[in-house]
Amino acid sequence: MSDVSVSNSLAVSRAGFTATPLKGGRRFALQGRKDTLEGAAKAFGLSEAPGMLASAAAGDCTLLRLAPQELFIITGDAGLPEAVTTYLGTVPNSLVEVSERQIGWTLEGEKLRDTLAALSPLDMRERSFPVGMVTRTLFGKADGMVWRTGMDTFHLEVWRSFGPYMSSMMDAAALDAAW
Amino acid sequence: MLLIRCPYCGERAEVEFSNGGEAHIDRPRDPMSLTDEEWAQYLYMRDNPKGLIAERWRHAHGCNRFFNAIRDTRTDRFVVTYEIGQPRPEVTPEQAAEAAR
Repeated sequence: MSDVSVSNSLAVSRAGFTATPLKGGRRFALQGRKDTLEGAAKAFGLSEAPGMLASAAAGDCTLLRLAPQELFIITGDAGLPEAVTTYLGTVPNSLVEVSERQIGWTLEGEKLRDTLAALSPLDMRERSFPVGMVTRTLFGKADGMVWRTGMDTFHLEVWRSFGPYMSSMMDAAALDAAW
Repeated sequence: MLLIRCPYCGERAEVEFSNGGEAHIDRPRDPMSLTDEEWAQYLYMRDNPKGLIAERWRHAHGCNRFFNAIRDTRTDRFVVTYEIGQPRPEVTPEQAAEAAR
């Protein structure tokens, strides 16, 4: 993602909740049939593609299964490994780089759970949203993706034009949660 | 909040979904052989039952897949959701009564 998208004005810091804009890395949306996604996962060095709403790490890349036909791939600044692009050149698929479209935050803090509960009706407790689970959903009016990276950390991404809206939504939610 | 069960993602809030009209309407294999009335029937005529209807829904703010659902138009209760391409499932009288409740 370009530096334009990570201006500090999008950071949120409230008592018990911080949202830190993500820096660097690239994003790819890969759509294809099941065999294509499985083949791509093998090219990444994984034994199989992550299951629905699950994620898998391969080197500095992360594969997020957002839909039966879609893998969302977060990579380092170098982009996709050559083995993957070579494989995808041989099968029908749709691979789109969406780095410039996405803007993301790392969410943490002891009020994280309450803040998320104010943003989304999804049950994000451990039992129904375990570490590694990822899904697209709605935050207010913004279509976004939320991924649980750890027990106490979440990774949230929305389209860039929703950045200021999402940032102020999180700020208001964190303020509510702190009450 | 009305929950809809996406066959791929599980129970989600209604706001994540969009309705795609009546399900199980096949495009005629040979449109040129149809009369205007038959073609109009395919294009425009839809059931408007008071009770159970099979509809297409799309998990627009989620996995983005279309799926089919049987819903009671009086109560908005969903009886069952199933993947595109599967036949319309049988609804038991108990399920229908629960949906109409």
